[in-house]
Parts: sequence; structure tokens; C-alpha cells
Amino acid sequence: MTTATASGNEFRRILRTIHIPPVFYFLILVFLAGGLLDRAFADGQIFSNPAIMLNIIVRSVALGIVAVGQSLVITGASIDLSVAYTISITAVMSSYLMQGKTENVPMAILVVFSIGAFIGLVNGLTVTKLHVNPFIATLGTSLIIKGIINATFSNYTGSVPESFEYFGYGTLGPIPVSILILFLIVLAGWFLLARTKFGFHLYGVGGNSEVARLSGVRTDRVLIGAHILCSMTAILAGLFLVSQMRSGAPWVGPNGVYDLNSIATAVIGGTALAGGKGGVFGTLGGVLIFGVLETVFNQLGVNPYLKTVLQGAIIILAVASYTIRSKKDAA
Amino acid sequence: MTTSTISSPSGFSRSLHSIWEGIKKIPPVYPVFFIIFIVLGLLSPNKYQSMNGAMTFLRTAAPLAVIATGEMMVLALGGFDLSVGAIVTFVVLVSSKLLANDPANALPAILIMLGFGVLIGLVNGLVVSYLRVPSFIATLGMMLLVRGGALYWVGGAPQGYLTENWRAFGRSYFENVPLFGRFPYALIVLLVFGTLAYFLFHRTHYGRQILSIGDNVRASQLSGVRVRLVRIITFVLCSVFAVIGGILLGGFGGVNVTIGEGMEMQAIAACVVGGVLLGGGRGSVPNAIFGAFTLQAIVNLLNLLGLPKPYTDAVQGLIIIAAVAYVGLSTQKKR
Repeated sequence: MTTATASGNEFRRILRTIHIPPVFYFLILVFLAGGLLDRAFADGQIFSNPAIMLNIIVRSVALGIVAVGQSLVITGASIDLSVAYTISITAVMSSYLMQGKTENVPMAILVVFSIGAFIGLVNGLTVTKLHVNPFIATLGTSLIIKGIINATFSNYTGSVPESFEYFGYGTLGPIPVSILILFLIVLAGWFLLARTKFGFHLYGVGGNSEVARLSGVRTDRVLIGAHILCSMTAILAGLFLVSQMRSGAPWVGPNGVYDLNSIATAVIGGTALAGGKGGVFGTLGGVLIFGVLETVFNQLGVNPYLKTVLQGAIIILAVASYTIRSKKDAA
Repeated sequence: MTTSTISSPSGFSRSLHSIWEGIKKIPPVYPVFFIIFIVLGLLSPNKYQSMNGAMTFLRTAAPLAVIATGEMMVLALGGFDLSVGAIVTFVVLVSSKLLANDPANALPAILIMLGFGVLIGLVNGLVVSYLRVPSFIATLGMMLLVRGGALYWVGGAPQGYLTENWRAFGRSYFENVPLFGRFPYALIVLLVFGTLAYFLFHRTHYGRQILSIGDNVRASQLSGVRVRLVRIITFVLCSVFAVIGGILLGGFGGVNVTIGEGMEMQAIAACVVGGVLLGGGRGSVPNAIFGAFTLQAIVNLLNLLGLPKPYTDAVQGLIIIAAVAYVGLSTQKKR
């Protein structure tokens, strides 16, 4: 946290609080490199067509929303591997409950958010009260949800009403609604971490749980809260995906690899896996890097398997670009 | 001790007490495994209550046990290796191409795979040590690299089949072995590499250095441990063990694009059931191997109960959480 600077130097203080995470330099680099490659080998749309810019962000909405939740959990030195199947259960449950009727929408949304709260609560309780390592606890929850979904649904189920598709396809003026929602979630995440007691407590729990506890923080409650919020973001991402697909299928979550991707983007954005350090703006940068890459690969027509290889290499390089300067040894 | 009290320890109760203390020291993974295995035996006597059945079980469990052994060393170091599942896929897919349906290619193919194992582990170790990328991310990237590379190499679908002699390690038996009847090759492989890992991990300075790094990197550095070297060697060992596990699994299961999917999570779960501390500092080769046996026994038990596959996933998830909670709570009390 910033220490008090000379009085009256309010402007510099504000500048310091909004300093740009290093991941954005990497994002600009990836964008410029991708755009130049696109100009050299394809039709050069990335630089010339503003619609593609918007498309990059729309592509990133689902991952971006989950990654904000994931950043909260990782900041608290926990992790959530169950988000992918939480997204799946939202997609199938909401489209099954809506059955294409507008009047069912509020009920369906209420039900899926309760499911999300329940999943988050179970994750949080298992981690804090049963002292199960969060990696294993959420891996277990993920297996349980996977089993339940696959036993109940095997294909596209139900459908969402046209009114609900506004979430996925609607625009407010020139800007898609989904982008606005993504930025709202990022702002909410930033506000929560940087401006509320909950956020400070979460940093404390992530930094050193025992010290936080001895200073009077109810560490268990904070971590359970973070897990519930994370599951909620997964639910929101699932709702967004189902409104785009018009019908929910059980494989949306795992196919998008939202669990590992959300962790990777959070870490690329500078959130420390060990907890206690990070922020959601960095995560947004990481998510946008993924979106840019996806668009560049599509433009260049890269072989899908080669795409996976390049993505792997870029994840490592993106994180390496700032860890290489750190003095601390990684594990 | 002049006045006799009710609870004065007689010789008998004292020896009983020391036996009880000894029992309490047994890692919980062993009773858990034997209880599950006994239930298996009760439910299906002719399948599990025979030497033959036990050998078949061990053949099935050997690949995961080998992979878990390698993973355990990385976990004890305080790291993660998420690339082992992709390595299994790589071994099976690329071998099927290299073999070109000719049994004479089996040995070169296996040697090339081991070479790739060393290379992958080396890159993992170098990236973690010199670029200081957390191993979770480094090996996650490597997972994508290796899986994408394998699929790119073979063009997205398996090319040809695996020859009989290549598959022998994973599925053949020595027939007519005295005492055992049939003895699977896979168990020999597990015994050889398990012993090797046991020796390295529990009997050498190198093994003790792994644990000390997992416990406290800075302290080990200051006391002269060559942290980077130990790390790199451990990642290489883990990848090589994953290659061996891949050869066993491919021999057992045949060519399949999704053969290694989720293997990294299973290996980590097996280690944690075996009492390995994520974050480093504690681990044991036999416990990790029995952790793998326990997971396999759970899968077999659920299959035996006739649960459909989805429920098997769900129950497996529950049991993993419960096992880890039990192991965690019982070790926490000791501290």
C-alpha cells in the first residue's frame, strides 16, 4: 500500500494508485506484433477494422468475468478449479429452466445464482473448516459437479428466450452490452479489493493467514466470501455463454478450459499464486492478451494444434517477462 | 511409585500402549487402501481374492503409481507438474507414428520418448529456475505445448497402432511364476522405478535436499544446497517417470487421443491421498504409490458397484475430498 506522501501532492498520489500493471506493455507488444503479422500475411484487418477490436473484447467477456473471481480467490492464497463445471451447470440449468420463455428468466437466474452460492460455500467450507488443500478441494467439487451434469444432461438442453439473448448480442449505442458488463465486473472487483475492508482483509489472509487471524481478521469468513464471489462470477460467465449459444450444453465449461485459463490470466496479470498480491486490472490485461492471440491466430489461419503450442509458449513468456526481474525464487 | 493407583502402567498395558503408538504412526493411506481392497474382495471374491486378481489390479494401477512417484518428488520440492498428462498423450500418439507398424522400431521409439522426457523436464526446470516462472504456470504452458505438439505431429488423429512388443510392458505377464502365478511386466517396471525413486528420495543427499527446498528455499540456499540444480534434476525425473507411465498406459489401453487427459490431476490427487503436502516439505515414495493404488481401487470399486461413469466421477470427487480431509485433520493434530 502507498505510504502517505507530502501533503497537497494529491495528484501524484492518485497517479500512483492507478499505475499501469506491466502486463499491459506485454499486451501492446502482442497486439502490435499480431497486427504486423496480420498485415504481412493476411488481409490486415486487425489494424484497419475497428469492429475487430470490439470483437477481441467480446471474445474475452466470459473468460474475463471468471478471471476476476479467480483473481479474488488467488489473492486469498486459495484457488478454484471448479469454475469450468460451474459454468457448465449454469449453462444447462438456465436454458433447461427457461425453456425459451421470457417469464421464466428471473426464476432461472435466481436458481443458478443460488447454485453458485452453494458451490462457493461448499468450496470455502471445505478449504477453511476441513483444512483440505484448495487445489484438491475444488478439484473434488469439480469432479462432483461434472458427475452430476453428465448423469443428468447429455446434449443441448432447452433454450433461452430471445429477450435473454440481449445479454450476449445486444448493443448500447455502438458498444455491446457484454463489454459493459465485463467492465462493470472488473470495476466491482477493483473496488472490492482496493477500497473495501473485505479487500484489505483478503490481502491479509493471502499474505499471511496466521498474522491476519492474530490481528483480528475473521480469516475463514473472508476466504469463504471470496470463494462464493468466485463461483458467482462463474455463474455470470455461464449465463453470458448460454445467451450467446441460445441453448446450454454440458461441455461449454471444460471446452473453454475456463479453470486453467482463468488461473493463467490472473497470474499473467501479476496476481501471485502464493496469495497476498495482485489486482483485477492486471487480470483484465491477461484476458485481453488471450483475446488478441485468438483473433490473430484466426486471421492468420494457424493450424489449431499449432495454436495450442503457441498459446503454451506465450503463457510462459508472458509470466516470465516480469518474473525474470524478481529477486524471489519461484517454486 | 509407592502407592498403587488405578492407572499404574503394568508391563502389559505399557506394551499395548507402545503397539498403539506404533499403529498411530502408520500413514492413514495404508488402512484406507486395505479397507477398500478388502471391500473389493468381499464383493467380488473370485476376482480379487486370488493372486491372479491382485496381479491384474497391480497391472492396472502401475502406470498411475509410476507417474505419481515422479509427481511426488516435484510436489515435495514445493512445485507442481501439470505437464505429465500431456506427456502421456505425447508418448502414445507419437510412438504410434514412430513405430510405423514395425516391431523393430520399438526400442528406438522408446529411447526417443525417453529423450523427449528428459528434454521436457529440462525445459520445465530451466524455466522455473532461471526465468522464475511459478511451476504451476510453467508446466501449464508446457502441458499445452506438449499436447499441441503431439497432435500437430500426428495430424490430429492416431497414426497406425502400437506394436505388440511395445505394448508388452503395459499388458503382458510372465506366465507360471512360482508363488505368483502370473507376474505382470508392468509390476516389474513399477518395482524397478519405485526402488530407484525410493533410493534417490530417501537414501541420498539429493532426496534430503528436495525436502529441505520444499520446506524453506532460502534456508537451503544459505546452507549450500544447489537449489537450481536439484530443481532441474527433479523436473527431469518427473518427466521421465511420466514417459514410463505413458508407455505402460499405452500398452494397457492402446492408442487414444484423450489417454492422458486429467492424468496430472489424478497423479496429484494420488500423492495428496498418500500424505504429500502441497507446497512442499513432505513426501514419501511408498505412500505416493499406495495413494495411486487407493485411487485405482476406488475406481474399480465404483465400477464393480455398477455405477454409471458420471456417478463414478462424482463419488471419486467426494472420496478424494474426504480422504484428504481425513489425512489433513489427523496430521494436524500431531503438530
